[in-house]
Amino acid sequence: MLKSKKGWSMSALLLASVLTVSACGSNGNNGGNAAPASGSAKASSSASAPASAPASGTSGDKMYIPIISKGFQHQFWQAVKQGAEKAAAEYGVQITFEGPETEEQVDKQLEMLQVALDKKPSAIGFAALDSQAALPYLQKAKDANIPVIAFDSGVDSDIPLTTASTDNKAAAALAADKMAELIGGKGEIAVIAHDQTSRTGVDRRDGFVNQIKEKYPDIKIVDIQYSGDHLKATDLTKAILQAHPNIKGMFGTNEGAAIGVLNGVTESKLDGKVVVIGFDSGKAQQDAIKSGKMAGAITQNPIGIGYETVKAAVATIKGETVEKNIDTGFYWYDKNNIEDEKIKAVLYE
Amino acid sequence: MKKAALALESGQNPGNRTFAFKSGFLQQFLAFGSLIALVVVFSLASENFFRFSNIVGILLSTAVIGVLALGATFVIITGGIDLSVGTVMTLSAVMTGVSITFWGTPIWIGLIVGVLTGAACGLVSGYAVSRLKIPPFIATLAMMMVAKGLALVISGTKPVYFTKTPGFSEIALGSVLGDLIPGFDIPNAVLVFFLAAIVGSVVLTRTLVGRYNFAIGSNEEATRLSGVNVNLWKVVIYTITGAFTGIAGILIASRLNSAQPALGQGYELEAIAAVVIGGTSLSGGKGTIVGTVIGALIMSVLTNGLRILSVPQEWQTVVVGIVIFLAVYVDIIRRRKTA
Repeated sequence: MLKSKKGWSMSALLLASVLTVSACGSNGNNGGNAAPASGSAKASSSASAPASAPASGTSGDKMYIPIISKGFQHQFWQAVKQGAEKAAAEYGVQITFEGPETEEQVDKQLEMLQVALDKKPSAIGFAALDSQAALPYLQKAKDANIPVIAFDSGVDSDIPLTTASTDNKAAAALAADKMAELIGGKGEIAVIAHDQTSRTGVDRRDGFVNQIKEKYPDIKIVDIQYSGDHLKATDLTKAILQAHPNIKGMFGTNEGAAIGVLNGVTESKLDGKVVVIGFDSGKAQQDAIKSGKMAGAITQNPIGIGYETVKAAVATIKGETVEKNIDTGFYWYDKNNIEDEKIKAVLYE
Repeated sequence: MKKAALALESGQNPGNRTFAFKSGFLQQFLAFGSLIALVVVFSLASENFFRFSNIVGILLSTAVIGVLALGATFVIITGGIDLSVGTVMTLSAVMTGVSITFWGTPIWIGLIVGVLTGAACGLVSGYAVSRLKIPPFIATLAMMMVAKGLALVISGTKPVYFTKTPGFSEIALGSVLGDLIPGFDIPNAVLVFFLAAIVGSVVLTRTLVGRYNFAIGSNEEATRLSGVNVNLWKVVIYTITGAFTGIAGILIASRLNSAQPALGQGYELEAIAAVVIGGTSLSGGKGTIVGTVIGALIMSVLTNGLRILSVPQEWQTVVVGIVIFLAVYVDIIRRRKTA
């Protein structure tokens, strides 16, 4: 008797907490939870022909564009989201933005893509973690006449109408040029890449390494290790500096790796003796660059990536043709230009 | 603790008293021996390994996982498990950041907030395990997710920085020892780790809660029948684990000078690995703090040494995996002999 009472009170508590949380969620989301509803409502009105979506767009029924990203916790994705929201507000469309927790969760991302497809959206923005694995889903989108806009990294398929992304290889090659310039064209350097399997991790590593090999024969890359985790990259850096005391410069290929390199160099008391070059932004990197601890970094244009994705989606829904590749650009920033308006606009804290 | 463990083991199988003591000693000795062997091998393999700066680096890189492992030792000795320590650490770090950076409290209040956050999470896990009878694996798995989500919600998915509080990074990276003895620059994080180990060891071996901890792990039912309020003590033990986790949260926040809300998942497994390598049995009732310290050191010496030798990272992971295999296998052989 007592037990069942307890059971009831527990389940009541559980129910109450679920309700509270979901209420918070829908408030905080600015009506995000309402999106599926309006999406499917729209779908029923313009049911089988999303190509006629412009009609529904002009008739006051908002277009719905789900954006499936590679993540959401990382500052970078938050900035992409910010850009997407900006475009959504300008063009008067409804978007949702979601992504898996880590960049290894290919399966979770595909589930999200499936759910998004089921809502019969006007278009989809998609940053594939694994483009091969995503192909069947993209085919489904194509069969249902839902335009797909790829962003951040390309998909090996001609289904996406366009890809809004950074040329990561060229960006890392620029980092290599800067590194060579800063260490005087010769000496030992090392790289901490954030991932050894993902497209961005591989491209940035290869872009950097190939540029050094081709153009700077006197520079030797003595070690390449992998971690995008701030703490682990710190310990990695210290071990590398310990093993190779003559290192003159290090490159970290994303925010986590770059901060790790920076911390590792500082903790090894080699500030000013080892040239640190980073990637992306975030407050810690910006502070380090302003104080001179970090020589500079490459920034992508995450806000631009999000913005261009939604903009291209709206254009395709309206039946306009878009360029096959939208290069959202990248910039080198250091102490000298970090306050420039052009740079400030693409940095995030 | 040997006394406590002995007393309990003798309760179960009185005949094996001396043997149990000896084999426990053997396990410790094996772990310590492997640690020394690793250090010797790496020192011979690379001249860059056995240097003061690198040894300090190894100790510093042990601190966070080490403190987590100290806490996890308590729960594992009860025969339970705590999968939440990684993300609860993150939540504690975030709460410390919220306190210091957002509320503008003095640093010491932030530290208390961090430790209390960890302890509160432990309390909830402990309550779920003991009163609600949710298996530890599930209860702490749930706590892992709750803490992870809360860390993201509270921080607004952004790192919380301590850049306006200059003294904060000193907690981990300053050196009280270096100030006392010039040139002996051992970072405070290492000091905190060893102090926490001493406190943990005293609690585990010289107090009532430590004794009950072993008793519950050896035979929960017998302990209950002998009149011990097992449920209450379990809550206390999970709370202790949580408090250690909170300390680890402060250390990682201080070392990174920021609370990174997306970090932490996966750290619990490294902590559990350190505990197991140190000879604490996952089936409960056996374990020492010294063992856990050695286990954590073995893990970081191994990763550091392999890195210094520039072994490719994918192989480093393989080697660590094999070491865990061996450590647990030795433990099983030992118990087979005892039984």
